[in-house]
Amino acid sequence: MKGALLVTALMPFLLAGPAWAQGSGTHYVAADAPSATPVAYLGNMPPVMDQDRYFHGILDEFEGRYAPGGSAFRWDGEAWYGTDYNRIWLKSEGTVQNGKLGDGDHEILYSRAISTYFNLQGGVRADLDDGPTRTWGAFGIQGLALYQFELQATAYVSDRGRFASRVEGSYDFLLTNRLILQPQAEFNLYTKADAERQVGAGLSDVDAGLRLRYEIWRKFAPYVAVTYAGHLTQGRRIVRDQGGETGTLRFTFGIRSWF
Amino acid sequence: MSIPSRMAGGLTRRRFVARVGAGGLLAALPHPSQALATPPGVLPPAASATWNLNVGRSRIEIDRKSLNAPCIGGSVPGPILRWRQGDTVAINVTNGLENEDTSIHWHGIRLPAAMDGVPGLSFTGIRPGETFTYRFRVHQSGTYWYHSHSGMQEVQGLYGAVVIDPREPAPEPCDRDYVILLSEWTDVAPSDIVSNLKMQDDYYTFRQRTAASFPADARRAGGAIAALKDRLAWSRMRMAATDISDVSGIIYTYLLNGHAPEMNWNGLFRPGERVRLRFINAASMTFFDIRIPGLEMLVVQADGNDVDPVPVDEFRIGVAETYDVIVQPREDRAYTIFAQSEDRTGFARGTLAPRAGMAGVIPPMDPRPVRTMIDMGMGNMGMGDMKPGESMKDMDMSGMPGSGGMDMAHGDMPAMGDMPMPKPAMEVDDPGPPPLNVENQNVAMMPVDRLGSPGDGLEENGRRVLTYKQLRATRPGADPRPPTREIILHLTGNMERYIWGFNGRKFSESGPIRLKLGERVRFTLINDTMMEHPIHLHGLWSELENGQGDYRPYKHTIISQPGSRLSYLVTADVPGMWAYHCHLIYHMDLGMFRTVIVA
Repeated sequence: MKGALLVTALMPFLLAGPAWAQGSGTHYVAADAPSATPVAYLGNMPPVMDQDRYFHGILDEFEGRYAPGGSAFRWDGEAWYGTDYNRIWLKSEGTVQNGKLGDGDHEILYSRAISTYFNLQGGVRADLDDGPTRTWGAFGIQGLALYQFELQATAYVSDRGRFASRVEGSYDFLLTNRLILQPQAEFNLYTKADAERQVGAGLSDVDAGLRLRYEIWRKFAPYVAVTYAGHLTQGRRIVRDQGGETGTLRFTFGIRSWF
Repeated sequence: MSIPSRMAGGLTRRRFVARVGAGGLLAALPHPSQALATPPGVLPPAASATWNLNVGRSRIEIDRKSLNAPCIGGSVPGPILRWRQGDTVAINVTNGLENEDTSIHWHGIRLPAAMDGVPGLSFTGIRPGETFTYRFRVHQSGTYWYHSHSGMQEVQGLYGAVVIDPREPAPEPCDRDYVILLSEWTDVAPSDIVSNLKMQDDYYTFRQRTAASFPADARRAGGAIAALKDRLAWSRMRMAATDISDVSGIIYTYLLNGHAPEMNWNGLFRPGERVRLRFINAASMTFFDIRIPGLEMLVVQADGNDVDPVPVDEFRIGVAETYDVIVQPREDRAYTIFAQSEDRTGFARGTLAPRAGMAGVIPPMDPRPVRTMIDMGMGNMGMGDMKPGESMKDMDMSGMPGSGGMDMAHGDMPAMGDMPMPKPAMEVDDPGPPPLNVENQNVAMMPVDRLGSPGDGLEENGRRVLTYKQLRATRPGADPRPPTREIILHLTGNMERYIWGFNGRKFSESGPIRLKLGERVRFTLINDTMMEHPIHLHGLWSELENGQGDYRPYKHTIISQPGSRLSYLVTADVPGMWAYHCHLIYHMDLGMFRTVIVA
């Protein structure tokens, strides 16, 4: 619930344009206003193609994490297909540790551009991994916040009537034009504990990294990083009671790539 | 990228590679120009009224970038067409492409709309195997150019020069006459470039401000705090002050008459001769800053129309513009024609030399420009970074009746400058300030008159650089009527999403601009984006209101500088559907395009 509230509270700031940009009563006439009678182009050939569809995917994280206590492999990526306004998004992330897949989260979302920098997204999330499966309805925003922070904030409601939220942010700090330091963090919040999935009520877990990548080519950048994956508050107690790792800082190597 | 088009492109490519195999020897010659009758840049000996142009794809390699380029007669650029003013020319264009339509648009030429060569507007294009005959009377003289208006053929090599001999001898006789056509060359498919820009708008920009460049920035800004503040201001706006060109020398090789820099195009002269150089910017995304170290250039023509000679050391040429300059090299040595891209990621170069094979000294490139608050339309009130060439008195005093609420808000100062006051009865189409929405990122709160500025990166560089204010036609305008209507258009865009348009809308969401036949209209452009846009109106002249009164320069393409406001007059004297667009091709294709209907 907290998460949903957070998203709701953030929205006016993220989405609203300044009041002065709206009409102020003056009668404006645009010479190129949309016309009721469309222009009949010869041979039905529109002169430009500004409604094309595009397809891209990015693996932000594709990495091995190393620590004396045990290593892990993690991926986090997304792909989209569509026009300037309407897109289908796929998001997927997961961590393999001790031969088990955890934190598996996969979403399929419809994304609608609603402001200069933000998209509204809604769809389905499935927690698919070696733990019990959960399904959620998802609704959130994704975009570029002030000062060029990448931001995603999503609220979820589960088939069992529970609520959750995820906030994820990152920032690209250019050391040079190709050497880029990126702090990144993802927080998960839940209204109710779900011990089978090592989830506690409230702020449940965090996955963060400080990645230093080198863009050999825009679409291919190896990186080194320190990453931290840990459980917080009630989630931490649940994991400790189960004898699991409550939080580990790991040295990480990976590759960021996209198409 | 649209997926279907990419697939189609792939098929085409493979098929052509196979086909070129046998005759590949010719196509693989290092000099794309060798198929031409005359050497590149050299005018045909005489004008001709009939031309046969065969469009096909040829494998051409320049600077180790190989491309199956759509072009005319196997050469990039295509042949120089020489016409005579007053003639009726017939140009037979045959489409030898396998499975794509083609077209040729005569850039800047006044002709009936059906001959303008824009598929959908003028005609339905030229299908494979077909021949279309363009036939029209040539009313004008000067330097122009042609290019395809189909798909992305123009980007890959389907362009060339047009030179029209005047009926009367030219006012500035010369001993030699060369076309200097500037363009880009890359083996990256246009669809991939667009797609990359959609995913990451600074994909081709490797000149951003970084931690490593901070000490230098701080020195320039006069302190670390000032430099940091400036960076934060840009970051807060989610824009980059280093956004100069969307596509850069990372993938482009800049060409002069089809020659990469190391191929060193040569133009010969004898010391003391007057040499006319007809500069044409046939690039798709690149502005060039041109100089010939050691030589003064006398600018005598802009966009095909004679102007009072202006002596300069340097000038900027926007995409699709043309300038004729005259130089008089007196020494027996090589002179470098140096055309650096506005973002300083590369240059095109050639040599004027007394003997073939000589090479002049290549000067270092200038520092790349950095955008300021003026470019953001914040006027001179910004971060204390007032640019030379713009002063408070140049500020746009939009207290004109009916010119819009937003401008009135800060326009309570008396109107100044030499812009003629419109008649009160004038109808004004003012769209108001554009919305900040998915398609628009910025509103120029205080657009200024920048006609006196040579452009970002050229101000106070110690050289005499041409400005639009200096252009003065050699004869008064043909239509002395004052305008009866003003059309205000905001140039808008969202760099982050890579969407471009007018008034916060892309092409597909907008209607046509309708002009009455014979109507005299003032177009006012307010540039809310932080980039230059070369705005091209097909078929009708754009008479730039630059303070020269009746001697307004007639242009076909006008650079709208970022954060600026300018106006020009148009007489809608030829009926039909005309294209009106930014000539940066990816801006045009992603929405900065309108149809102008004259009826």
